[in-house]
Amino acid sequence: MTRDGTELPRPVVALAGNPNTGKSTLFNALTGLKQHTGNWPGKTVACARGWYRYNGQTVTLVDLPGTYSLLSDSPEERITRDFLCFGRPDATVVVVDATCLERNLNLIFQIMEVNTRVVACLNLMDEARRRGIRIDVPALARELGVPVVPAAARRGEGLTLLKETLHRVIEGRIHPAPRPVSYDPELEAAVAELAADLAVLSREGLNPRWVALCLIAGDESIIPKIRTFCNGKETQGDTHVRNRVTP
Amino acid sequence: MSEIGLPLDLHFVLSRARKCGERLGGDVHDRIAAAVYKRAEMLAARVVQTPSERAGEWDARLDDIFTSRALGYPIMLLLLGMVFWLTLAGANVPSELLAAVFLDVEGRLTAFCAAHAVPPVVHGILVEGVYRTVTWVVAVMLPPMAIFFPLFTLLEDLGYLPRVAFNLDRFFKAAGAHGKQALTMGMGLGCNAAGVVACRIIESPRERLVATLTNVFTPCNGRFPTLLLLASLLTGGSGPAAAAVVAGVVLLGVAATWTVSFVLTRSCLRGLPSSFALELPPYRPPQWGRVIVRAACDRTLVVLRRAVTVAAPAGAAVWLVANTHWGGVSLLGHLAGVLDPLGRAIGLDGFIVAAFLLGLPANEIVFPILLMGYLATGSMVEIGLGDLRTLLLSRGWNGLTALNMMVFSVLHFPCATTLLTILKETGSCRWTVLAAAIPTLVATSVCFATTQVARALNP
Repeated sequence: MTRDGTELPRPVVALAGNPNTGKSTLFNALTGLKQHTGNWPGKTVACARGWYRYNGQTVTLVDLPGTYSLLSDSPEERITRDFLCFGRPDATVVVVDATCLERNLNLIFQIMEVNTRVVACLNLMDEARRRGIRIDVPALARELGVPVVPAAARRGEGLTLLKETLHRVIEGRIHPAPRPVSYDPELEAAVAELAADLAVLSREGLNPRWVALCLIAGDESIIPKIRTFCNGKETQGDTHVRNRVTP
Repeated sequence: MSEIGLPLDLHFVLSRARKCGERLGGDVHDRIAAAVYKRAEMLAARVVQTPSERAGEWDARLDDIFTSRALGYPIMLLLLGMVFWLTLAGANVPSELLAAVFLDVEGRLTAFCAAHAVPPVVHGILVEGVYRTVTWVVAVMLPPMAIFFPLFTLLEDLGYLPRVAFNLDRFFKAAGAHGKQALTMGMGLGCNAAGVVACRIIESPRERLVATLTNVFTPCNGRFPTLLLLASLLTGGSGPAAAAVVAGVVLLGVAATWTVSFVLTRSCLRGLPSSFALELPPYRPPQWGRVIVRAACDRTLVVLRRAVTVAAPAGAAVWLVANTHWGGVSLLGHLAGVLDPLGRAIGLDGFIVAAFLLGLPANEIVFPILLMGYLATGSMVEIGLGDLRTLLLSRGWNGLTALNMMVFSVLHFPCATTLLTILKETGSCRWTVLAAAIPTLVATSVCFATTQVARALNP
């Protein structure tokens, strides 16, 4: 797999977020790499990669395309979804626009379904302050179950705290415990049932609940990806079996 | 053990998932989205305190003006018109300056060749072919792009451009296209190749393809000099009348865009999926330094480099075609002879059609090739407006010819750079061929129609 994080030097941190949240600005501020920002032709369509050193550790940073959700099927969303699912990042930063938190929360909740090691970066805090918007950061962190780092990437505010938080998550000193959305009982029951069948996937680092959710929602394209992902680690698969079960 | 090295039968799981999905009804996506939105709303209500009035309202009030039904369109036309005018007016002087410098260097090159007994063929290909074509392209394209792209990026950085898309969404939706297509067309004014790349901002595949295929109907920088020249020849000056003619031809391009989009989304693109949300990002003060660097490096230089890499070999090829004689007539002359009946039918002539065909590498060189053909001097030339009028009249031109050439210029096939870009962006030969075929068909039929109507009215 080209986008498989296993090819990248670990630890790998994925950077996700809505468009226009200053995600690429944060990427530049962290890595110092020259890279496109903005939501115009130069916008991030493929994943940009960079790295930074913190506390003696070299962290690979992958800048994913800006997306509003993981549910529909635009190329940007597909890239983001596949990387979060199969790239197995050691941590995922979800960049959130502090000036319109509600809209941005949708993506966090969806990403928390895929990965547990999530850190929310509350960017554009300077803008929010200017507009008199006040956010109860500890309460937000409590409700989400993941660390929340306020920042203003344009001015370099909050970068050190973000790096430190990521460091602790990577080292396993902080365990984010996301509290994902609970769906209606009927849907929850179906997801739980299917996730139980898929439980063995967690051995490969995949999230059974997420895969179950995808499949029930009708996104069957995940099946061949799981197959490629798991077979990628084997020497040679049993071809005639594979042919037989191709759906 | 199964196919994936885990005790898991994917085939079985998939069939169970399908059953679950059926049991739940087809709206699982919506149910997931609804639950997520509700939770986000509740959480935001608990942790966010927004000031009752003031700062936040500032954005909303600006939006009330910029996206209002009454003022939205006039403001938009005014701003885009200003960008446009600044580009055209500001580009004139540096363009002439560049042309003068290049001409001076050319004189030295020619003198050098003469002094060192360089064979005329080599001198012809390299200096009169490659050098002249490349410098013409640079002189014509660089200044407008260096003005247009930063201005455009500035509007983008301010957050105004998404409002334009919002304003025009209704208009484009009626054609089955996306409001953001207005922005890709705006980029197309600078360069169609850049416009095609800009189509990436349209997320849904169908609307992106529509925008890609119709971008060529927006006349680019390379074609504007031709349009302006023809308009001033037609109206006998460069006053408001000429500007009105140019504006009319540009609107014709918009009409073609709309019509072709309408037809495409109802014919061969009908099956492709389509989904999008249009977000209005907050207004932000522009980051001046970045705007200039981004516009200069990412857009201007990239587009220019591509144009030059195409123009250089094209210059050599065109020189050879114009200077290789067979039976006393140059190959260009023969080509024009073959194309003449077609050209006459659509109100042009063989040389004009030949110039458009040979100008495939870059639209900037269409008019120079035409003059090369008429004058039979064998290389591209620049002459004054008065001489030009006499020359064209002597070649049987009239108002209809000038008008048709403008129409054909706006509606005809994209240049090679744009076609290559379309191939790269769509990854499909089929769409690239269509991207050339559709405009050719449109241009030919419109010119044919105007010619027949004009001849019927004026026998």
